[in-house]
Amino acid sequence: MHAVYNFVSGPLVWVSFILFFGGSIYRIVSMAQMAKKTDPVVYHFWSLKYAMRSISHWIIPFASENMRKHPAMTIVTFAFHICLFIAPLFLFAHIILFKASWNISWIYLPDTVADVMTWIVIGACIFFLVRRLTQPEVKYVTSFSDYVILAIVAAPFITGFWTYHQWVGFRIMGIAHILSGEIMLAAIPFTRLSHMLFFPFTRGYTGSEFGGVKHARDW
Amino acid sequence: MAESVSEGQSLIADEGLDKGLDRLTPDKIEKTINSILKNETGARLKTYVSTCIHCGLCSEACHVYLSNHDPACTPVGKIKLTIWEILKKKGKVDAPFIRRAAEIAYTECNLCRRCAMYCPFGIDIAYMISIVRRICHRLGVTPHYLQDTAQSHSATFNQMWVKDDEWIDTLQWQEEDAQDEIADLRIPIDKEGADIFYSVIAPEPKFRAQLIYQAAVIFHVAGLNWTMPATPGWDNSDMCMFSGDNEMMGRLKKSHFETAMRLKAKKIVMGECGHAFRSVYDMGNRWLGYSEPPIPIVHSIQLFSELLRDGRIKIAKKYDKTVTLHDPCNTVRGAGLHEMIRMVAHETCEKVVEMHPNREHNYCCNAGGGVINCGPPFKNKRVENNSIKADQLKDAKNRGAETVIAPCHNCHGGLEDIIHTYNLDMELKFLGDIIYECMEKPEE
Repeated sequence: MHAVYNFVSGPLVWVSFILFFGGSIYRIVSMAQMAKKTDPVVYHFWSLKYAMRSISHWIIPFASENMRKHPAMTIVTFAFHICLFIAPLFLFAHIILFKASWNISWIYLPDTVADVMTWIVIGACIFFLVRRLTQPEVKYVTSFSDYVILAIVAAPFITGFWTYHQWVGFRIMGIAHILSGEIMLAAIPFTRLSHMLFFPFTRGYTGSEFGGVKHARDW
Repeated sequence: MAESVSEGQSLIADEGLDKGLDRLTPDKIEKTINSILKNETGARLKTYVSTCIHCGLCSEACHVYLSNHDPACTPVGKIKLTIWEILKKKGKVDAPFIRRAAEIAYTECNLCRRCAMYCPFGIDIAYMISIVRRICHRLGVTPHYLQDTAQSHSATFNQMWVKDDEWIDTLQWQEEDAQDEIADLRIPIDKEGADIFYSVIAPEPKFRAQLIYQAAVIFHVAGLNWTMPATPGWDNSDMCMFSGDNEMMGRLKKSHFETAMRLKAKKIVMGECGHAFRSVYDMGNRWLGYSEPPIPIVHSIQLFSELLRDGRIKIAKKYDKTVTLHDPCNTVRGAGLHEMIRMVAHETCEKVVEMHPNREHNYCCNAGGGVINCGPPFKNKRVENNSIKADQLKDAKNRGAETVIAPCHNCHGGLEDIIHTYNLDMELKFLGDIIYECMEKPEE
């Protein structure tokens, strides 16, 4: 058990960090280089002003027409993404590990708040799952990989919650937690979770075309 | 419905699509697709496909889906049935797949780009459908009527097989008719150095010649220095842009631009057509390497609003029936002219009621993007797949609207069929119709 723990909390952490950071940089840089060759139009019509105008309307809740049309989805999506980032980054238990390894630390969330945020992420994943299973237009375009991606995201939160509350088998769950977190990080650049990386570019380019060329709103 | 959930809408017989299939071999399909993917696509397509999280939120955008509630008709549903499969199988798809993909791309999507406004990532789904059309064009699997139009473009540089002498004859015929109303009116043909080179789409001389008459009256009264060319290049339309024949799209635009340049015109004014405008400031110009058209181009909507603003056209008596406004995708979501349409409508009409949603959020007429040009085989489907537009029109009618202003030819065609099929009993007008009817004209 100790050997496994040491492996997942040692070398595998590095592997996942390298895959996440290296992979993200690689995906963005290689896509940018490819675009120069195959889609120079993106560079030509890119406008920071209109890209930002569009992006801002899509990162503020209910600032776009479609968000207003789906209030439940909007609330769940925003709560999900905010908690997904904030909870792990400002979790006391995580910061302790950084402190122990590299002697760095930063502000952390009270454990109850982190608990609630974890629940929000898990609840949102259930919401997305139900949506995929029941909404005909979503179900139609859902494939096995969509469930896998959802599981990859939900797993670190479920296992983390389990471990923190020291429920039965929490030692194994702890290992599963670290491992699933590593899998999620590594998966971001190489699966459709890469929407995290590409959002500013796809939205920004469409915003540039709509604002700069078509003189129209895109939200 | 159960069947349509898995396969999309049922296939409709079409000579062009069906005969096109006979010429396909697995090898040809694979080679053609991969040549297009390799040489004509790249980062954009790749990013769009790997960013789409399959959330289905684009569904809300599509008038086809909102009309028939078939999940295969959501924007992402159409991508699943075409692009995803093509990429997954690396081009090794069979002929029936191409048949289905062609019908989806040509007749169930208008490239109206509303979905880019509803996708949280701004994924340009119309761009991906255009790639499908490009593949189908290169495979020779295009709807018969659309292809006929594209052939006409190739052979005559206009979309309606109008012969060179018929074109000039039509202009002179309209001039003579208009001279009964205004004796000194001219339709100046091939005049050098005019301020305005006026171009129209071929259906105007072919069967809506009165629009040229009306434009001539408006320009004459406003005292504009204008001309129309005597040679090919007069037709600004571009169905090749929609069939996937990019090469021909470019040649048409070149001929249009260069004809205006030959006449040393200061700018081009285009008649009330939407797709033609898309072809000059967005698609065709870029194919030719221009980020903007090489000569200033103004849409009639803009010209009319300027003539009214500057008092060069005065309204004698406002149009007294209540009107509602249809926002054409290509001049509104595509060019931001919506407030100008409203300005002209308010200047010329007693009462204007809005349709909802409007402006950039308008519902497409379901005729644009070359869909109406796919002809009679697809007419019923086209009208049934836009019941949401009928609802929208009915709502405006309930609030008093008797007339629909649609400053676009394709929209006219599409809305005419919707109004007729759903028994809406509303009148359709161009802005030019209303201005001509209501403006001050010189006394005899």
